[in-house]
Amino acid sequence: MITVGLTHYLVLAALLFTLGILGIFLNRKNVIVILMSVELMLLAVNINFVAFSAALGNIEGQIFSLFVLTVAAAEAAIGLAILVVYFRNRGSIAVDDINLMKG
Amino acid sequence: MDLLSLSTLLPEITLTLAALLLLMVGVFMGDRVTNAVTQFAVLALLLVAAALGATMWGVEADFHLTGPQGFVDVSLFTSLIKLMVLITAAGALLLATGYLRREEIYKPEYAVLVLLAVTGMCLMLSASNFLMLYMGLEMQSLCLYVLAAFRRDATRATEAGLKYFVLGALASGLLLYGISLVYGFTGSLSFAEVATALSQDSSRGALVGFGFILVALLFKVSVAPFHMWVPDVYEGAPTPVTAFFSVVPKIAAFGLLMKVCYGPFAPLQDKWLWLLPVLAAITMLWGAIAAIGQTNLKRLLAYSSIGHVGFALMGLAANDPRSVIVYLAFYAVMSLGVFAVLLLMHRDERMLETIDDLAGLSRVHPGLAAAMAILMFSMAGIPPLVGFFTKLYVFVAAVQADLIWLAVIGAVASVVGAYYYLNVIKVMYFDEPVAKYDRFTDGNLTGTVTAMAVLSVAGLLLIAPVVMLAQYAVHLLKP
Repeated sequence: MITVGLTHYLVLAALLFTLGILGIFLNRKNVIVILMSVELMLLAVNINFVAFSAALGNIEGQIFSLFVLTVAAAEAAIGLAILVVYFRNRGSIAVDDINLMKG
Repeated sequence: MDLLSLSTLLPEITLTLAALLLLMVGVFMGDRVTNAVTQFAVLALLLVAAALGATMWGVEADFHLTGPQGFVDVSLFTSLIKLMVLITAAGALLLATGYLRREEIYKPEYAVLVLLAVTGMCLMLSASNFLMLYMGLEMQSLCLYVLAAFRRDATRATEAGLKYFVLGALASGLLLYGISLVYGFTGSLSFAEVATALSQDSSRGALVGFGFILVALLFKVSVAPFHMWVPDVYEGAPTPVTAFFSVVPKIAAFGLLMKVCYGPFAPLQDKWLWLLPVLAAITMLWGAIAAIGQTNLKRLLAYSSIGHVGFALMGLAANDPRSVIVYLAFYAVMSLGVFAVLLLMHRDERMLETIDDLAGLSRVHPGLAAAMAILMFSMAGIPPLVGFFTKLYVFVAAVQADLIWLAVIGAVASVVGAYYYLNVIKVMYFDEPVAKYDRFTDGNLTGTVTAMAVLSVAGLLLIAPVVMLAQYAVHLLKP
């Protein structure tokens, strides 16, 4: 019988965080997927905070995770708003189409 | 909670109240009050700056005040950086009015967003706790994403906003991950306690966390190789927003970088003092080389700003935060001046953005061309203009820190960089004019251009007082 300890949570958070970063860089299709990847990164950080908070017996980490959740919501709202105005102008949200400026 | 500790947040409280008031006025009265709202915002920024300057007057160099719950800690250093942020933000807001009116996007929200972004910058500069730092940084970033996409019917502006948002969100993710590791391995979010824990035992986990935080902050300051968002965002965003981006958030982010490096992570000094010179060298060279082939002026200025960030970073790499403050103060002067020139020029109601559009400017508008030439010479670092002395100052700092190789690379980068600055002057003075420019009607812009060109020439006299001020300001930062 394995007991789930701090290390397990940290490994899970690290995996989710890496998945989020890979989602931003490898994704070639859709900007919505990028927004989801950003969200995944922030939630991975939350797992870290709560796990550390529980292990340290210090409440600050859990409070921080609540603030992260709030900011993540605001960030998603602004990201989607920018995405909507972009779609109105360009008629597409494919990542490969975001190429007006280069060099 | 006593009033004295609450007074540390007074600038931020004032700015927030002003922003909320202006937002209400804007919502209820509509676009016809835009002018009043913008002027009130400029006034609020300048009043807060004046009050902040007054509190700095005659204060001992080791003065500092801790705010409520130890979340903020203000000293002469934070006040000086905030002062620079407030004044340059007011300047950038004044530059914007003419352009916004012409493009028919003159709305009260612009001033409100600038005020809120500045509030976020002040909060993150005051922070002495990682939670406060994160909240301030996000408040600033969220406003900046919207500002980049402020011209929402233009494809380029929205594309710039989208790119800025995605990469900015990635950077805040890295920052947060770093903070969570530092929290876990030191057991605290407070700067002072993190510093104590790290000086006793710097575990590898905290070091990795510091690495993540450093990368995120370098991204915000746009140090190569984390600069990839800069050219696209600068080119796509509306020109007054680019002027704002190139100065205000850069000063704030540099202030934060210094505060974090000399605050919680001072025990890791040998680690970051080893890394920063390498990054400074890459940034200076990249800013100089990549700018050569550019035809768009805004893109050129983006690479130029990357190069200047490299020079400022050289001061930090030489462990001399004074030189960073001095460099940034005069970089702000030159940058605002150049963007004011850019904003002045339009032809047939269209903004001019390419270098070729400057052809023959000296024959049509000799005064403007002369001012632009002074600013360009100053940016290239040619004596006796102020850009030369600030560059000299960081070079001396590097040589004194035994980083002679870095100073040599800096000299090479400024010679290469001089090529494209001089190219702009050549196009203005020796190429044939293409067509007439529209008449200049914006007094704010002509005033700014004149003032900044004069400051670039007279900077020689101003540099000693600024150095003294910076010397006082870093007293507590770097004991």
